[in-house]
Amino acid sequence: MSAVTRIVGDLRQGWGRYTVIGVPYLFLIVLFTIPFLVVLRLSFSQADGASFADLTSYTDGILHIQIKLANYIYLATDDLYAETYLSSLKFAAINTGLCLFIGYPFAYFMVRSPVSMRPALLMLVSLPFWTSFLLRVYAWQGLLDDEGIINGLLMWVGIIEEPIQMLRTSFSLIVGMVYTYLPFMILPLYSNLVKMDMRLLEAAKDLGCGPLKAFWLITVPLSKNGIIAGSMLVFIPSVGEYVIPTLLGGPDNLMIGRVLWDEFFANNDWPMASSVAVTMVLLILAPLVIFNRYQSQTGGDR
Amino acid sequence: MNARNAQADAGFVRIDRLTKRFDDVAAVDNVSIEIAKGEIFALLGSSGCGKSTLLRMLAGFETPSEGTIYLEGQPVSAMQPYNRPINMMFQSYALFPHLTVWDNIAFGLKREGMPKAQIEERVEEMLRIVQLKKFVKRKPHQLSGGQQQRVALARALAKRPKLLLLDEPLGALDAKLREETQMELKNIIKNVGVTCVLVTHDQDEAMTMADRIAIMSEGRFRQVGLPFEIYETPNCRFVADFIGKVNLFDGALTEDAPDYCVVTTPEGVFYVNHGVTGTEGMDVTVAVRPEKIGLSSSAPTDTSRNAVTGTIVTNSYYGSASIYHVQLATGKRVLVSCEHSSRHDEHFQRDDPVWLCWEPESLVVLRS
Ligand SMILES: Nc1ncnc2c1ncn2[C@@H]1O[C@H](COP(=O)(O)OP(=O)(O)OP(=O)(O)O)[C@@H](O)[C@H]1O
Ligand SMILES: [Mg+2]
Repeated sequence: MSAVTRIVGDLRQGWGRYTVIGVPYLFLIVLFTIPFLVVLRLSFSQADGASFADLTSYTDGILHIQIKLANYIYLATDDLYAETYLSSLKFAAINTGLCLFIGYPFAYFMVRSPVSMRPALLMLVSLPFWTSFLLRVYAWQGLLDDEGIINGLLMWVGIIEEPIQMLRTSFSLIVGMVYTYLPFMILPLYSNLVKMDMRLLEAAKDLGCGPLKAFWLITVPLSKNGIIAGSMLVFIPSVGEYVIPTLLGGPDNLMIGRVLWDEFFANNDWPMASSVAVTMVLLILAPLVIFNRYQSQTGGDR
Repeated sequence: MNARNAQADAGFVRIDRLTKRFDDVAAVDNVSIEIAKGEIFALLGSSGCGKSTLLRMLAGFETPSEGTIYLEGQPVSAMQPYNRPINMMFQSYALFPHLTVWDNIAFGLKREGMPKAQIEERVEEMLRIVQLKKFVKRKPHQLSGGQQQRVALARALAKRPKLLLLDEPLGALDAKLREETQMELKNIIKNVGVTCVLVTHDQDEAMTMADRIAIMSEGRFRQVGLPFEIYETPNCRFVADFIGKVNLFDGALTEDAPDYCVVTTPEGVFYVNHGVTGTEGMDVTVAVRPEKIGLSSSAPTDTSRNAVTGTIVTNSYYGSASIYHVQLATGKRVLVSCEHSSRHDEHFQRDDPVWLCWEPESLVVLRS
């Protein structure tokens, strides 16, 4: 091969590679980085009626930079925001924990069931996606309402006389969140567990482990990556969840997604809303970054 | 240890009429055997003959459909695998990928609740035996195939099991490493002194490593014996054919005396120096190994030897030996292997007419 064709070949190969790698990057830039920068800029700007003042202006040879920090200062000093963030993190954590608690045995059961049954089970897990998320959350209202199906049934059977208030409480909020996010926990766990070599469990048994010990010492550590992936998929979106707290949550269930909505559309204070959003993203990003650093230090197990 | 001499420990492991059925098909069919203490016992057979199933019943991963397993006279068939003083080295090892070499070896000891200092001591000892001291901190995927094999062995030996089970211990290694590892593995097992049941479908592996071999087919033992017994005196066509190369002549028993017999085949009349329990006229097969046949260009002077004539079809020279295919008058092809113990051995070429001859004692009469 002559030098020229080789160079052309290399170039072409290089281009091919860059396009393949480039597509997801392009996606991230267009759909995440740019919007985030827009929001970031908004959070530092002064509202001027319907428009926003420029951050920089240049008059008479002087460059003015105006960065409004008041929103962030307000965020940091007002207890309500801190409480809301904490409460969002709390609900997200409870949701993640419950999803893991319910999803893990579920995924484990799916993996242990006969190969011929697995596609059917997988379909059952993803079946809820076939109807709109909004409809499904509304349906929970019908179930949990004072005059709803569950209360009606309990009263009919005679277990209770008065309806129990379930809707618009932490209970209904958590039920709705767990219900919605469970598949996001089960699917990554399933795809992780299904790859596990069952002979490892036999080896553990052979070396003196009872079934529970073997599960705890072998299955759980080996499914670490699945647990992490599932937890991320559940935790991150549930911090900023808006629809479920609005439809199912009680008045005192503070969630940052609702505050965000209120700032944007009730108060029409876009800069404030933007700073709330930026803070939320940072709050979620920070643990992710730390975790990633830790992961690359210890090195993957497999 | 010679299994025959160890009367006291003869029934260390006793397998009594063991059967395992999967959906009414017997994978292991009414197998009984006694294994002596310190013996290396090999299960040899082709794929699907039930070797792994038998081994897994010993380990406790399969429940026998019928029959019992005794270890030192105690029945163990009802024991859970984690309670049996039996450890297994798995096919392709099944090392725990998330644990280091050290933790893999210590795994079983920790489950026993052994004191820490003692665990460390034991793991050290195991590492010394398998020569892996340098690799304690590595994870299994950072080791070569041979090193992984040694970790697996160390892990199985660490608990000082009464019985060690090896499922295709060298199956995952390439041919060259396999040969080196065979002797090493055998030495380690013999030094430790553990009783061992070994599953393999590689006859060289069984021959070199085992004290006794059981040839399995379709869930049954076809023959159990010392390696040389299996090779020199196979008890049936299947075993003769399975182990090594063999020439088989089908014929009929024409004379049967206590110390000799005569078999008449289309290729010739063969004298065999052992008697057969059977009736004259019955169909039998005589077997002769390729290296027991001598070739010469002239008729043998010693008439007590069996002799037939033929023509060389192919000759392959390997330096230390030559392998010939010889076609007899009936059209039957016979495999002959000549060891070159002297430089002046006769060499034959294609189409050379030759005499094949062998001693009456080199023949085995097979009745099935
Ligand atoms: N769990 C099982 N369910 C049904 N049939 C089985 C099961 N395990 C083994 N068998 C059958 O039992 C027979 C013996 O299997 P086994 O694994 O013992 O063979 P093997 O001698 O170890 O063969 P290989 O050398 O290929 O490992 C096979 O016909 C196999 O299909
Ligand atoms: Mg097998």
